[in-house]
Amino acid sequence: MTSRLLLPGLIAASLLAIFAACLLGSTPLPADRVLSALFGGADVGDRLVVWQIRLPRALAAFITGAALGISGAALQGLLRNPLAEPGVLGVSASASLFATVSLYYGFAALSPWVLPLAAIAGALAATALIALAAIRTRSVVTLILIGVGLSSFSGAAMSLLMNLAPNPFSLSDMINWMLGSVANRSFEEVGLAAPFLIAGAAILLASRRGLSALTLGEEAASGVGLNLRNQRILTVLGAGLATGGSVALAGAIGFVGIVAPHLIRPFVKHDPARSLIPSALLAGLILVVADIGVRLLPTSNELKLGVVAALIGAPAFVWIAMRRRTLNG
Amino acid sequence: MAELLTRDLTVKAGPTTLVQAASIRVVPGELVALLGPNGAGKTSLLRSALGLEKRAAGLATLDGTDSEKLSPMQRARRVAYLPQLRPLAWPNTVRDVVALGRFAYGAAPGRLNPADAAAVDEAIRRCDLAGLSDRQTDTLSGGELARVHCARAFAADAPLLVADEPVAALDPRHQFRIMDIVRQYVETGGGALVVLHDIPLAARYATRMIWMKSSRIIADGPPEETLTEQRLADIYGVRARIEGRAVEIEGAI
Repeated sequence: MTSRLLLPGLIAASLLAIFAACLLGSTPLPADRVLSALFGGADVGDRLVVWQIRLPRALAAFITGAALGISGAALQGLLRNPLAEPGVLGVSASASLFATVSLYYGFAALSPWVLPLAAIAGALAATALIALAAIRTRSVVTLILIGVGLSSFSGAAMSLLMNLAPNPFSLSDMINWMLGSVANRSFEEVGLAAPFLIAGAAILLASRRGLSALTLGEEAASGVGLNLRNQRILTVLGAGLATGGSVALAGAIGFVGIVAPHLIRPFVKHDPARSLIPSALLAGLILVVADIGVRLLPTSNELKLGVVAALIGAPAFVWIAMRRRTLNG
Repeated sequence: MAELLTRDLTVKAGPTTLVQAASIRVVPGELVALLGPNGAGKTSLLRSALGLEKRAAGLATLDGTDSEKLSPMQRARRVAYLPQLRPLAWPNTVRDVVALGRFAYGAAPGRLNPADAAAVDEAIRRCDLAGLSDRQTDTLSGGELARVHCARAFAADAPLLVADEPVAALDPRHQFRIMDIVRQYVETGGGALVVLHDIPLAARYATRMIWMKSSRIIADGPPEETLTEQRLADIYGVRARIEGRAVEIEGAI
């Protein structure tokens, strides 16, 4: 297997994509001007475009994708199913509902930390609910149906808020949360989400060994020495923090968390633990590339990143689900 | 000294009693077969003896320590447990699945120190999987998979093995192969407690037989003493002919 080249390749491709995101746009900048702007040279206009607009946007897309990719890979390991993912399980939708509520009722104006914290609270609530249900049922179909229920409920509640929205400005804000976008993100917003993304990723990475053990099923996994309860708590906490942080930054973006781990798995011998980091990198890469596409498409209103992700990801989800033999429900 | 012990162990699920005052003891050098009809409480007895299931009353210890107080890692180093249902979530390679047996020693697939790697290699050799070690588990037959699970259990190098129906759904040849592997483990210093439904197979391999019915232990002793035509009639409701360790079941009563 070419797994030794996997990580360096993904890192190189990610850096390249982020660099490309700085080049391309409504006014294309040549590579030498971007490079000198990155390292403090070039004229003020170039530096403004690169440092204030394109680079933060590309980084926001990358870390959003990375958070969703690592959460997806970890949830798949925990639930032992390739269809598990923050979007499908209703975690992203719940996070964006909480974020929207904090916006609608004006809590978000109190402090810049309110919005990310609200999104994370929503993500943790949904992830904990899913994990609790996972203890009771062995059927992942049930979990996905619970996720469908959570997503529908969150969508309905957000529609209700939109109907009641006092002004069109908050309406367009809410659409951003529902559909997901990294347009006009600044380093400040990236910095607000980053601590949660880093904490979540660190928890998932620290507890990844247990995900390998869960390959054997819960009974045998505890037989080989896994503390199931702790593993559940850590994975739920890590995925909740990372997903909540990503929603706070970019709104609900679905399906990247399914597609990336699915592509990575054959390269890491189908080991959930070893799929976390490559899945994060690939999902980040996918969103950066998708966001470049969003910016380059000549549409009158800019397409939402989440729409593009779903246009690619949802068919992939259906395809993975159809190819799947029923091994464990 | 490694020892799995229960005294008057009682397990309940709500108002139903699953195991009633069961006392068993397993030490290295023994291959103990646990027998009884479906629903007799065999699996509950195993799980509560290991501390995986809460008991209602009585005592269960592993090497003298209350088994419910052991951390999962401590337990895994004392006894290897092969549960009844063994679903593999991902098509890992055989070697990676066997490597999971080293989890309690801090190892992970792809991250084995020399001692872990040696234990994994030895388990793979013992279960005759050397030619299959790079195969993905979803390409294996049922018999090969059963050997992979055995190897996973042996990789832990635990002094005791508890296996819940390790030969279920295997053809006769593979049943014998698995039981040969377990017997070899016992001959090299291990102790095994194995749930079996195949009475002739159990009679051939067991050094001791524990018979359960309706959540109670009915008899516990070497096959020469406890394997009788009357016992099979009482416990399973079957007519059988027994000569020494050879069992021929003739039909239901």
